[in-house]
Amino acid sequence: MYESMAQFAQTFGLVYFFLIFAAAVVYALWPSNRKRFDAAAEIPLREE
Amino acid sequence: MSVLNKHAVLERHSILLTVAILIAVAIGGIVELVPNFYLKSTIEEVEGMRPYTPLELAGRNVYIREGCYTCHSQQIRTLRDEVERYGHYSLAAESMYDHPFQWGSKRTGPDLARVGGKYSDDWHRDHLIDPRSVVPASIMPAYPFLAEKELDLRLVASDLKANAAIGVPYDDQMIENARADLLAQLDPFSAGADGLRERYGDVAMRDFDGDPSRATELDALIAYLQMLGTLVDFSLYDNQADVNLR
Amino acid sequence: MTHAQAAKRFSWDEGGIIALLGLTTLFCLFIVAKTHDSAFAFHGWLGLIASIGGIFAVVNGYQNRKGEQPEEVGGLPNYQMGPVKLGTFFSVFWGIAGFAAGLYIALQLAFPALNLDLPWTTFGRLRPLHTSAVIFAFGGNVLIATSLYVVQRTCRARTAGGLWPWFVVWGYNFFIVIAATGYLLGITQSKEYAEPEWYADLWLTVVWVAYLLVFLGTIWKRKEPHIYVANWFYLAFIVTIAMLHIVNNLTLPISLTEPKSYIVWSGVQDAMTQWWYGHNAVGFFLTAGFLAIMYYFIPKRAERPVYSYRLSIVHFWSLIFIYIWAGPHHLHYTAVPQWAQTLGMTFSIMLWMPSWGGMINGLMTLSGAWDKLRTDPVLRMLVVSVAFYGMSTFEGPLMSVRAVNSLSHYTDWTIGHVHSGALGWVGYISFGALYCLVPWLWNKRELYSLKLVAWHFWISTIGIVLYITSMWVSGIMQGLMWRAYTRLGFLEYSFIETVEAMEPFYVIRALGGALFLIGALIMAYNLWMTVRVGEEAEEPAATPALQPAE
Repeated sequence: MYESMAQFAQTFGLVYFFLIFAAAVVYALWPSNRKRFDAAAEIPLREE
Repeated sequence: MSVLNKHAVLERHSILLTVAILIAVAIGGIVELVPNFYLKSTIEEVEGMRPYTPLELAGRNVYIREGCYTCHSQQIRTLRDEVERYGHYSLAAESMYDHPFQWGSKRTGPDLARVGGKYSDDWHRDHLIDPRSVVPASIMPAYPFLAEKELDLRLVASDLKANAAIGVPYDDQMIENARADLLAQLDPFSAGADGLRERYGDVAMRDFDGDPSRATELDALIAYLQMLGTLVDFSLYDNQADVNLR
Repeated sequence: MTHAQAAKRFSWDEGGIIALLGLTTLFCLFIVAKTHDSAFAFHGWLGLIASIGGIFAVVNGYQNRKGEQPEEVGGLPNYQMGPVKLGTFFSVFWGIAGFAAGLYIALQLAFPALNLDLPWTTFGRLRPLHTSAVIFAFGGNVLIATSLYVVQRTCRARTAGGLWPWFVVWGYNFFIVIAATGYLLGITQSKEYAEPEWYADLWLTVVWVAYLLVFLGTIWKRKEPHIYVANWFYLAFIVTIAMLHIVNNLTLPISLTEPKSYIVWSGVQDAMTQWWYGHNAVGFFLTAGFLAIMYYFIPKRAERPVYSYRLSIVHFWSLIFIYIWAGPHHLHYTAVPQWAQTLGMTFSIMLWMPSWGGMINGLMTLSGAWDKLRTDPVLRMLVVSVAFYGMSTFEGPLMSVRAVNSLSHYTDWTIGHVHSGALGWVGYISFGALYCLVPWLWNKRELYSLKLVAWHFWISTIGIVLYITSMWVSGIMQGLMWRAYTRLGFLEYSFIETVEAMEPFYVIRALGGALFLIGALIMAYNLWMTVRVGEEAEEPAATPALQPAE
């Protein structure tokens, strides 16, 4: 039981985490999100 | 695109963000901590481990209270120079009854995992009262007050009871006789000495601090130091056995 | 919300705080009446005085207030800056106390007579006092003060929970007093960076839950649709510290009337739990929290947005996910299973990437404005802190490699590494934030003296350099001496010979610490004079003049 779980975690865990990481990077770099992020970056500088 | 917009939801919904953070930080802890509790290979099988006697436990509590762990480790690593300097590398089994562990993280002073039996009681007494009287270059603080302070015997049984509740194998007999056992360890000819031997096996019994009239914190601390690392019988331990290869 | 002048009632927050403090009062009465332990009784009395004082303050505030605090004044958010000011004051106060304690114990290692042969002044009791004072008292107050400031400003909303932010700051500092006096009196559970006993831990849990709710509640009230990235880091800090604190402090008190408790974990499992906690106290208290400060205060002071907001998203998730695995690198070659050691080492090395991603993001925020470093010593302090962050997050993964760790572990190299992060990164980013905050909070045009900031910067930089170089030399030297063999195959040095060899470096280290303390004293004077004689800002743009009833 433990052996098989560990086996699974050790192989697919790597793939799974890599995919999540790739998704995060793709999301962050996706061109259409750019404008939103640029606006968010301005939040501290806009004073009210 | 719809999947990509999911993160925008996180950026706007604080609860989701909180939950996502919790999941992200929980994974590592679960994977690294949980198996240690049920994998049999985590703790070796050894001969000789027993719970601390009430006197040793009281000494251990003095050790903790004075923050000895800030300068002394109790964990000999599997490195040649450490094994030659301090003795056999520390086994997981040797701290299995330690709540909390005292492995430490800094050696301003030497490792104490196997200090038991290396020095005489007198040496320990002099060294604790005035370290520079026996080791001129020592930078250890002096603890003269330990020799003056009598042990607080009120809570000996409660200490054992709390330990028993979290898994240390103290039985009812041990808890019931905690106080008597503590005092008996300071006097091998006392009436309680046999009871102590019966319950804990062959423990070192004597007056440790050179003052038989009182049970002091110095007695307890020296009793603790003198048993450190002496329990496991390494003549019976095979570190090449399959079960012990980790 | 309306300006309800007529119907004045006890509000929920006033009632809630009084109820909580009432319970605390009862518990403290019980302690004072029942305990046989004089130190515990002392804490009971402190708790009694503090909780009754707190109830009195709330009732007094109720009687003096005219109505309810409006959410907005003149179309602008009615920010609640009182607790932020209080936290700022405590930061400076505890900072100096903690640095002084550090200097004293550094001197004890060079001159052991300073232990004074008294129970409450030995190194073993003062060392936890120093670490807790700088990490939790100084760092914690900086984090609470800046987080309550930043979350309000970036959400454009007043803090949620009425008086609860006040409770958070006072309650947290009460925890500090209990922890610190407890160490001196010998009350400790000996878990590094988690030494306070069960009752202090319980109190901190209550305060922390209040803190989380105030922080989240303020985010819920926000006028800005997007939650700014600094708030993510603060949130990760608050949530993760809660998890770590609870798991690492699961203890069984021997009795409700005794301060002593036994941790439920034992041996190997306790070691794993402890360093999972210990390393992530670094990761989430001293890193994630202070990265939040970086993401707000550097753009603010440099007057330009963060270099890459996209990078900050990747930075955030990879940092918090990877950091939590790094703990076992504190346990190389010990009785902890090898698979755990290997995992800890692997993730520690991976951690180098998000750390440097964050560093680049902070540093590059200045691109096009590097000239400001010449004229603005506050910005210089903030930027140099990020450079120190980069340095110590490079050194950290290096030291987590088993082969390197076999040399560095148990030596002063670790102490030097921690201090390059603590003095350089945490210290400087905090000083920079305090130099920004005080004029904003007290509505001053500028600091009392920028020249004094420059003096602070240079004096403490020399101090840090002396500190970390002396610890590198002494640590590596001691590690090498421990493993040195003669030609005949015997260990070359006895342990005490390695201790003797350290003395000059302990003196140099203490000198470095003294310079760092002097720098902080200059800062305290400068901030004090800013509040007292600083020129008022022309228009109260930074903070609305209206303050809550204090």
